[in-house]
Amino acid sequence: MRIFFFLLWSAVCAALCYILNTKAVLPAPLGKLLAPQEGIWQNAEPVNQDYSADLHFNQLEGKADVYFDDRLVPHVFAEKENDAYFIQGYLHAKFRLWQMELQTHSAAGRASEIVGDIALNHDREFRRLGMVYGAERSMVEMEKDPEIKAACDAYTAGVNAYIGSLTKSTLPLEYKLLGYEPEKWSNLKTALFLKYMSYDLAAGENDFEMTNAKSYFTKPMFDLLFPAKQDSLDPIIPKGTVYKEPSIKPVAPANADSLYFNFKDTVTAIETSKPDRNNGSNNWAVAGSKTKSGAPILCNDPHLGLNLPSLWYEIQLSVPGFNAYGASFPGAPGVIIGFNDSCAFGFTNGGRDVRDYYEIQFKDETRQEYWFDSAWQKTSFRIETIKIAGQPDFKDTVAYTLFGPVMYDKSFGGKRNTGNKNYAVRWTAHDYSNELRLFYMLNHAKNYNDYMAAVPYLKTPGQNCIFACKNGDIALRTQGNFPAKWQGQGDFVMPGTDSAYMWQGMIPFDETPYQYNPERGFVSSANQRPADSTYPYYLGSDYPSPRGFIVNRYLSSMQNITPEMMMKMQTDNYNVFAEMARPVFLKNINQDILNGDEKKFFDLLVKWDLRNDLNSRGATVFDRTWKYFMDTVYSDEYAKAPENSMYPFESTLLESVLKDSAYIFLDDLKTPAVETIKEMTTIAFKRAVVALKQIETEGKLEWAKYKDTRVNHLLRLPSFSRLHLPIGGGTHIINATKDNHGPSWRMVVSLTKETEAYGIYPGGQSGNPGSKYYDNAIDNWVAGEYYKLWMMTKDEQKDKRIIAHMKFGKS
Amino acid sequence: MKFFVSIILIALLSFASCLFFPWWTIAIAAALVSLIIAQKPLASFFAGFIALFLLWGGLSFWMSQQNNHILAHKISVVILKQDNPYLLILATALIGALVAGFAALAASYIRPKTAPKTI
Repeated sequence: MRIFFFLLWSAVCAALCYILNTKAVLPAPLGKLLAPQEGIWQNAEPVNQDYSADLHFNQLEGKADVYFDDRLVPHVFAEKENDAYFIQGYLHAKFRLWQMELQTHSAAGRASEIVGDIALNHDREFRRLGMVYGAERSMVEMEKDPEIKAACDAYTAGVNAYIGSLTKSTLPLEYKLLGYEPEKWSNLKTALFLKYMSYDLAAGENDFEMTNAKSYFTKPMFDLLFPAKQDSLDPIIPKGTVYKEPSIKPVAPANADSLYFNFKDTVTAIETSKPDRNNGSNNWAVAGSKTKSGAPILCNDPHLGLNLPSLWYEIQLSVPGFNAYGASFPGAPGVIIGFNDSCAFGFTNGGRDVRDYYEIQFKDETRQEYWFDSAWQKTSFRIETIKIAGQPDFKDTVAYTLFGPVMYDKSFGGKRNTGNKNYAVRWTAHDYSNELRLFYMLNHAKNYNDYMAAVPYLKTPGQNCIFACKNGDIALRTQGNFPAKWQGQGDFVMPGTDSAYMWQGMIPFDETPYQYNPERGFVSSANQRPADSTYPYYLGSDYPSPRGFIVNRYLSSMQNITPEMMMKMQTDNYNVFAEMARPVFLKNINQDILNGDEKKFFDLLVKWDLRNDLNSRGATVFDRTWKYFMDTVYSDEYAKAPENSMYPFESTLLESVLKDSAYIFLDDLKTPAVETIKEMTTIAFKRAVVALKQIETEGKLEWAKYKDTRVNHLLRLPSFSRLHLPIGGGTHIINATKDNHGPSWRMVVSLTKETEAYGIYPGGQSGNPGSKYYDNAIDNWVAGEYYKLWMMTKDEQKDKRIIAHMKFGKS
Repeated sequence: MKFFVSIILIALLSFASCLFFPWWTIAIAAALVSLIIAQKPLASFFAGFIALFLLWGGLSFWMSQQNNHILAHKISVVILKQDNPYLLILATALIGALVAGFAALAASYIRPKTAPKTI
């Protein structure tokens, strides 16, 4: 009898252990997760945690000291430069390992390993885009460069030194929640991380969408929807700049009119992912002639997805060769946007189209040959093995042509699998490049010449690289590896059978539009067109925002500029687009036929101060009115357009109606009459009011409540995210804070003898949701505040801001 | 007396075991002590239950308190669907308590027969 009870209760105990240790019955292994000595409680970091330590590694060449300040920013002092990179790797891993690995897994098309087959499409697409292929090629180039190889090796060793110290109980939280363990870091992963940034910033194109729109609309209609030349208000390099005679004169193929511009085929694939089209930024530098101190001030705020842990990690690196402070990328060595003892540097996205699709004609199902220049060329194959959590591996065989990988074909159509067409992708991120040398040289730079020596290494992503120096120099170059294109090249899918459609060269370094100490006393960029139409190369047409216009207006009119004025400008909520668009509504909406509610909202629109401040109701009224106006104008013409057709820019509609009040698209095709602008704006406004009343009932009429800005944890768990943030700003506004995209780092650097710098990012130095340093800066960032950035000197060790001291030495 | 001693021993042995081995070895720890310190089954169950309730409850409470319950607030929402750090601590305590309790209970049925009472 006793045996029976023994067996019974043993079985109960064993069953309980099994249920609590696996996901077989419960959605999570609660025993493993909640066991205090190994589970999540281990990640409940004490609020007075002491990070001090005395660490020894045999990879180190000398001694180093790291002082953590009260924001957990590490100030690294190393005798040997490569030791600083080792330590940077160690610290990046210590505070942000999970994020580093997730981002590089995603870039490598390995997300399915962690989250299962829900990510299979993403993974196939990223592999077929050649992300890993591009990273491998970059790595070849990086490793040929002895200084960069040494830096990467040290960085990788540092990351792995931290990973090696982990036990099951000290694993970062998300590994425990998802049930996997980190793998070792490698130089390839650093290269992959940089490709991930290239994807975010330089994979933007609209080839499929534009091709679909072209297939449907007549040429005159198409040209009205997508004007080749937006009257772009203020190019980065101002109008009037004289450009050199181009050394490359790209020639459109003789058959371009029939096989390209007037070609009416649709595209049979849809990209699963696209980089956020809002990825952009602001930067500007004002010369000493315009500042109170007489020294230049450089400002930069990159606009990227707002996530936790943050993309950026603040750090100071002080080594014999340089002393630099700024925002670094967990995943790569060096300071990316920041300053050193002589100068400051920053970036905004160039936004040029460096990714083109070519339609490939395979000989047959085997994809072994394709037709090119009247002959069959052989493809090569690359087999991508995609591991899927809990399932067998998926093998994807990708054909490579001389353009690049055939990203979409019969076996993969992205979000759609409807056809038998094949598209190869030519992307500059596949070319050999050594971007890390750019940052290495900028970190070491002492003057303009050093900056000029560094920027040629900026290939992909192309960026507007800004520079300011304590000797007074300011400069900006719209730098990158850009194909020299003929007018319209790359806007649509091109034939892949004819070498005449290939890129005819890359724009040489000395034909890059730039400014150096211009008379106007400032340089700036906000993702607008790099240059006006006198520039001899085709710049594409994807520059939707007039933000540069308001940046330049402010800078032109300011004098005696102080850092405070620059911080105020970076957080400015003035809506220059609304300034130009609101008159269209005020002039045309027929007030006589508005009812009581509509009059009320109209009044809000009239009284609005054109600022998207957090409590503004007028901002919400304008936003909805404009959106409904766009929809009212275009939805009828687009009703029967192919799926995934390009939609016009907001600025296109605005410029069109300002120029021509009888703009053809104002007509509603569903009615026999031809509508006027007065009718359409009124109809749009009435539709908007219906939505606005609902919004008001929900208590969300104030702009910040409507916009609902949030910073999401990478897994989108609400309790790890920061939601409903009370902050203004938006599209077309200097404070470009949208719903979960915006200024991911704000920096203002005054290059006085002793540098005075300010910065902030919406997050915290620790990636551990259990740490008090996880999101401690968000409230300050929301309020438009900045921290003073501390370029520490070794003799300040006893400063009361120091909370911990980590010593590093050889073992 | 036996009861208190077994509680303390189960707690100590479980703590030591979890320094090196996975969490479920608390079952082995509880069973071992229950084999050595013979008690009636119900007493054994409660010895195991109380030992781990106090050990895991105490540890998680202390760790969470040091952390100002920052993490417990977030994790309780994920696991228990409500923002309640103390509920999470209670859940932790109960998990350990039940596993150890049943382990000790099972082992209590394999104990030497009690000697018949003699005068």
